[in-house]
Amino acid sequence: MPDNSRNIYGVLAEFDGPASLLKAARQMREAGFTKYDCHSPFAIHGMDKAMGLKRSPLGYFIGTVGLTALVGMTYFIYWTSAVDYPLVISGKPYFSYQAFVPVIFAITILFSAITATLGMFILNRLPQLFHPLFNSPQFKKVTDSGFFVSVEASDPKFNKVETVSFLQTIGATEVELIGDEQ
Amino acid sequence: MQVDPKTYRVTENSKVGIIGLIIGIVGLALSGIGYMTDSAQFFHSYLVAFFFWLTIALGGLFFTLLHDLVQAKWSIVIRRIAESIMTVLPLMALFAIPVFLGIHELYHWSHADVVAHDEILQKKAGYLNVTFFIIRAVVYFAIWIIFALLLYKKSLQMDKTKDSSILVKLRRISAPGMILFALTSTFAAFDWLMSLDPHWYSTIFGVYVFSGSFLAVLSFIILVVLYQRHNEVMRQTVTVEHCHDLAKLTFGFVIFWAYMGFSQYFLMWYANIPEETVWYLHRWQGDWKDISLVIIFGHFAIPFVVLITRAAKRSFPVLLVISVWLLFVHWVDLYWLVLPNLYNHEVHLSWIDLTTMVGIGGVFVWYFWRRYTSQPLVPIGDPGLQKSIDFVNI
Repeated sequence: MPDNSRNIYGVLAEFDGPASLLKAARQMREAGFTKYDCHSPFAIHGMDKAMGLKRSPLGYFIGTVGLTALVGMTYFIYWTSAVDYPLVISGKPYFSYQAFVPVIFAITILFSAITATLGMFILNRLPQLFHPLFNSPQFKKVTDSGFFVSVEASDPKFNKVETVSFLQTIGATEVELIGDEQ
Repeated sequence: MQVDPKTYRVTENSKVGIIGLIIGIVGLALSGIGYMTDSAQFFHSYLVAFFFWLTIALGGLFFTLLHDLVQAKWSIVIRRIAESIMTVLPLMALFAIPVFLGIHELYHWSHADVVAHDEILQKKAGYLNVTFFIIRAVVYFAIWIIFALLLYKKSLQMDKTKDSSILVKLRRISAPGMILFALTSTFAAFDWLMSLDPHWYSTIFGVYVFSGSFLAVLSFIILVVLYQRHNEVMRQTVTVEHCHDLAKLTFGFVIFWAYMGFSQYFLMWYANIPEETVWYLHRWQGDWKDISLVIIFGHFAIPFVVLITRAAKRSFPVLLVISVWLLFVHWVDLYWLVLPNLYNHEVHLSWIDLTTMVGIGGVFVWYFWRRYTSQPLVPIGDPGLQKSIDFVNI
């Protein structure tokens, strides 16, 4: 087992396929690990459940921002066309809300979409240009044929020796320690 | 109601069909009395009720066409419900006959003396005349019935032969079917609903009626699923995941309906041409304004807010209430399209509105239920069936 580290970031274990990765994820959760992650070249159905991941709070952020944009834009368009600079347009009332519906709708969608995109980046802690897992040459396989479980050393259950042997008992084909420096 | 878990055949049927038939016959008989007491009211109520159930049947046809065209996987376990709904179309053709009989009560373009004094109607007479109206109606029903029965027959054939090449045939049928469905449903809405006010026109009208139609069939399918679950039938086959997906589609089509409704209104409001706005004026005067508000809030705002969360889409009590509510507001919507033709300022709810609804509805439900329970409740020959049963939302 290669040990190319002074400060240990964690452990990286390779598994031989999506099914064994799914099984390993479940066993990791049952064993009580909290700071672990699974890496695969494609999304695996049921992984969220196996890892016990909670639903993302992103929807609530988007809902809040969307609603704020809706109310804010309605008020803004009311203020510009009926209060600050009232103009009669084609004989219609100042506050002709019908005409504003497409704008209010589009602004709501726009702000929601921006929140969704930015929120996704923030919640995923992106952009992240370097990650200690890149220290492992093996990890390059994750984009085409590798299935990995990584456990961080900051996990309260982490123990350099026991975690490695535990990973081996749940079917890891290869286990290595990862340093946290470049 | 009991179902054999292996063959998905009904071993002990419930009384839904019989109760539907009895209610239907009583309703139709009472509607007959309604015809004798107030024929104008009868024909308008009848048109609303007929169109309500026709839109559900057409929604079933659209659901099946769409499913077969894209070879959807999640919806295989509920396909038989949609297929059975569309097989009611021949019955709906029968129910169209009273509309033809009441053509002079409903459509004033059908009176020669009215047309003689009306320049616009003279120009439209090439399209809006009784003979061509009936010919078109026959063509629409012929197309719908041919596609419905063809798809249904092939699907049943797949149950027996387990031949997956039938999926390809279903797709080949549904591709042209989809195009013809779009044209016929649009023109059917023009003919039967829009021509009630023959001076008025809206090109989006057909899509508006279609969006309500698909919403109605989704609600109907959800109610059938919930009824099955209530009877502890196929709970492991049609799961909360399928209900969740049906609810997602319902939510989407609540928005789509509002989008269509607003698009139609918006252009007319903006252009402000009297010949277009008069239609909305009739629906914004007197009591009709209240009905319009009920539709805006009941058909869009309330279901939108209720269905927005994931928890609501996966809650059976919420789905039950919202499906019944959506079917109700779909009826209100059709009532709002038709009845201002008869009552300009005040809304007169009549007992005939109720009897025609339950009359056609009872027979509809009986026919649907008989078809549905006479075959396996899921397409057992479909190679994707297990995938559909196992389906989960991420």
